[in-house]
Amino acid sequence: MSNEIALGAGAGLSTELASGHHEHHEHHQSFITKYVFSTDHKMISKQFLITGIIWAFLGGLMSVLFRLQLGYPDSHFYWLQDVLGKFWVEDGRITPQAYYALVTIHGTVMVFFVLTAGLSGTFANFLIPLQIGARDMASPFMNMLSYWFFLAAGLVMLSSLFVETGPFSGGWVAYAPLSALRDASPGSKSGMDLWLIAMILFVVSSLLGGLNYVATILNMRTKGMSMTRLPLTIWALFFTAVIGILSFPVLFSGFILLIFDRNFGTSFYLSDIFINGVGALPNEGGTAILYQHLFWFLGHPEVYIVLLPAMGMASEIMSVNSRKPIFGYMAMIGSLFAICILSFLVWAHHMFVSGLNPFVGSVFVLLTLLIAVPSAIKVFNWLTTLWRGNIRFTPGMLFTIGFVSLFISGGLTGIWLGDSALDIHLHDTYFVIAHFHLVMGVASMFGMFAGIYHWFPKMYGRYMNNTLAYIHFWITLAGAYLIFWPMHYEGLAGMPRRYYDYSSWESFKQFADLNRFISTVVIITFATQLLFIFNFFYSIFKGRKVTTKNPWGANTLEWTTPINPGHGNWEGEIPEVHRWAYDYNKDGREFIPQTEPVGADETQH
Amino acid sequence: MTIFLTITVIVLVFLVIFQIAKASEYVGILKGEKETRQQANKINGFLMVGFLVLGLIGLYWCDELLFKKTLLAHPSASVQGEKVDSILWITLVITGVVFLITQILLFWFSFRYQEKENNKPFFFPHNNKLEVLWTVVPAIVLTVLVIIGLRDWFYFTGDAPKNAMVVEITGKQFGWIFRYPGEDGILGKKFFKEIDPATNSLGLIWKNDSTLHLKDDPATHDDIVMEQTLYLVKGKPVKFIIGSRDVIHDVGLPQFRLKMDAVPGIPTTMWLTPKYTTEEMRKITDNPNFDYEIACDQLCGNGHYSMKGIIKVVSQEDFDVWMAKQKPYYYLAFPDKDPDNKKVDSTAKPTMAAGQLMNKAVAKN
Repeated sequence: MSNEIALGAGAGLSTELASGHHEHHEHHQSFITKYVFSTDHKMISKQFLITGIIWAFLGGLMSVLFRLQLGYPDSHFYWLQDVLGKFWVEDGRITPQAYYALVTIHGTVMVFFVLTAGLSGTFANFLIPLQIGARDMASPFMNMLSYWFFLAAGLVMLSSLFVETGPFSGGWVAYAPLSALRDASPGSKSGMDLWLIAMILFVVSSLLGGLNYVATILNMRTKGMSMTRLPLTIWALFFTAVIGILSFPVLFSGFILLIFDRNFGTSFYLSDIFINGVGALPNEGGTAILYQHLFWFLGHPEVYIVLLPAMGMASEIMSVNSRKPIFGYMAMIGSLFAICILSFLVWAHHMFVSGLNPFVGSVFVLLTLLIAVPSAIKVFNWLTTLWRGNIRFTPGMLFTIGFVSLFISGGLTGIWLGDSALDIHLHDTYFVIAHFHLVMGVASMFGMFAGIYHWFPKMYGRYMNNTLAYIHFWITLAGAYLIFWPMHYEGLAGMPRRYYDYSSWESFKQFADLNRFISTVVIITFATQLLFIFNFFYSIFKGRKVTTKNPWGANTLEWTTPINPGHGNWEGEIPEVHRWAYDYNKDGREFIPQTEPVGADETQH
Repeated sequence: MTIFLTITVIVLVFLVIFQIAKASEYVGILKGEKETRQQANKINGFLMVGFLVLGLIGLYWCDELLFKKTLLAHPSASVQGEKVDSILWITLVITGVVFLITQILLFWFSFRYQEKENNKPFFFPHNNKLEVLWTVVPAIVLTVLVIIGLRDWFYFTGDAPKNAMVVEITGKQFGWIFRYPGEDGILGKKFFKEIDPATNSLGLIWKNDSTLHLKDDPATHDDIVMEQTLYLVKGKPVKFIIGSRDVIHDVGLPQFRLKMDAVPGIPTTMWLTPKYTTEEMRKITDNPNFDYEIACDQLCGNGHYSMKGIIKVVSQEDFDVWMAKQKPYYYLAFPDKDPDNKKVDSTAKPTMAAGQLMNKAVAKN
């Protein structure tokens, strides 16, 4: 049965407007309207996902390159010079300028393009309409624009790799004055202009998407889908979008001031500066710390923008595959809410040693350590969900367990760094790198992998190869720990981040062997990700076909749609919801979909 | 050539893995979905507990290998650093216990409750007592950590003792400039537009300038300025006044367990009390090449990694001997004002008016 007939029959429901709109569209879909300028949330989510994967590949490759320098500082890679050219590799060695550019672009790309757009963009677009019972987003057109702004941001960022003075090389945080002064570093010349343009396009994309997600969740839930019946994925994506909407504009303002300082002679961030070879600058009265406040007012919420979707998906996937309800559903929502609020009140913990007033610092210590409480609640609730379950190790479930493990490991060191009395020692050392890569980088990556493996059948009507997925999981989990665990020790030796070469430092050169080991593991782990990428694209076309609507035996609404849902998602009426999403093994029944009315003799909980 | 060989090998390995994966999928279809799932479950369940055991052994082994390379293997070089170490150990014990308990439970539960025919999953949606328990306990533990942490934090960031010596540290791309206040104990005024990299690297105000509203500051005349190496006295508190000439840097002192950003336009401070001389520390660390290094901890440009300074901690006597040999920066810039030179020069001018006269000389030149 074709979708438009079904949609016509379904008209008259709460989503009349949306379905009428699609009816008009579905008739003449050319390649362009279906795959390129699509307004179908499922297609847009796939566009986000595939663009995100491409960026993850590039960002990962950059880390391999700079790890080559760190692990093998004395080696000459002439073949690399043939591939990349003299700007990046000179005499077989990655140049300092290239090293700092790689570090910077790796960070920017991974945080924003992969773990924000690739993660939220993919799963908010895909899951929100499907799990709340809507035919599409509140504004499919804005949704499409969101993707195209993201793509444009990516293309501008990519182009910055090819300018003569190189891409921006002042770190992903782009602290002024280094980022504000063209003469302070070659990377701060036109590379920084392109970086700023790319980031501004990205903020626009992110806001267009976020407003849409919030509007859709609040207004377009199907009949019976009260807020407290929403799957935790939706709650997490909702808070993610709220955080993004409230914090990205602040980053935007910070960038605007930076553009003024760079181009129009203002002194928002500049004062008392003398540049070698240039002389004293005329700027007076600005403060470099202002930029840090504006940056981290987004920068810290940003780590929760990255983390919350992973938490939501982990909760959902864990419940489905443990065949047990998520433990403490309301506490999970409450802790998400607490994290959402607190995420706005902790930004200055990145600035304990910036000369911040110590009293202000102490307030931020208190608020920062407070965040450990909702995080602890989540971890214990996940553990209790596993307890006495009947666990199926699907690839999605494996990555979920890996996510929890990494979240614990990285989260606990947050207690170290959030304590200013310890941060004054460990700030900007490898300890920080270990902390945030485990808790935010790899953990969120694991959440993303879990989501991809779990919802791939819904996205493409096929399964990904399980054996490849198992290999991918175990090597990546072991790799993540082998790479980042020893970095704690480097941090405890005071080894600073972002050093091109440690060999001249008496205090840090004892880790040469360790760095070589880590770099080797990085290469192996990166190669394993290629296995995933291959599995992903191969399975889109050749994967084992899904034969049932609900392959995981899950309760949520997306598994009531046809195996390959058209634009509009449901044939016929949108199903009505009668219960929460987590009735697994209740009253002796393996699972009870949300669409099933509550029976008269069902037990209450 | 080797690179092509490597690529070929990698591609081959990929192909083999892919073929195995594809074959196992066909086998899975033949066996039936249920049996395949059970088999995969068993393997992964076993790997869960295997990972836990290997992981714990790995943690121990990693610690054996690397602990001695960290700063914790030796005592802190500053009095303040001891407090950092003690809170570090407290935090380590607390987070370490939580880490072990939660990771063991996570992997053990995964193994123990893997899917089995006769498993009866427990419908357990919530339990208020448990949830309150693991809200309250972390809150209490964290409160303790906050209290200890803030007590130390206010000590670190509080006022330096009265008897502390004062040293100014200025970061620039890519090195450090140190300034001692000299005999008067006052760091004279400076202004960034007066900077001349060759003779006046800090922009000390040595002349009157009506357009910039500057007045020659006599307090600058005895200031001692040097690069590369900073001398400190064992057991004597020192207060650093930290600044930057261009972009943000950071005075990172790993052995003293402290650091503070150097921000252009905004002076920051940090104080500490060195506990061991460099010589003593060489014995403690059993490394004859040991030196206290100042590492820049804030990305400041392409030379960031080479922005090193050295701190020599010496006894008071050695310090006094060394200090007596230092010449004020002013005299290095204007040798004719140096009293040492004046002894030879019979046309010596009164010291009091030296500044003004010098200015005239500069103006004439």
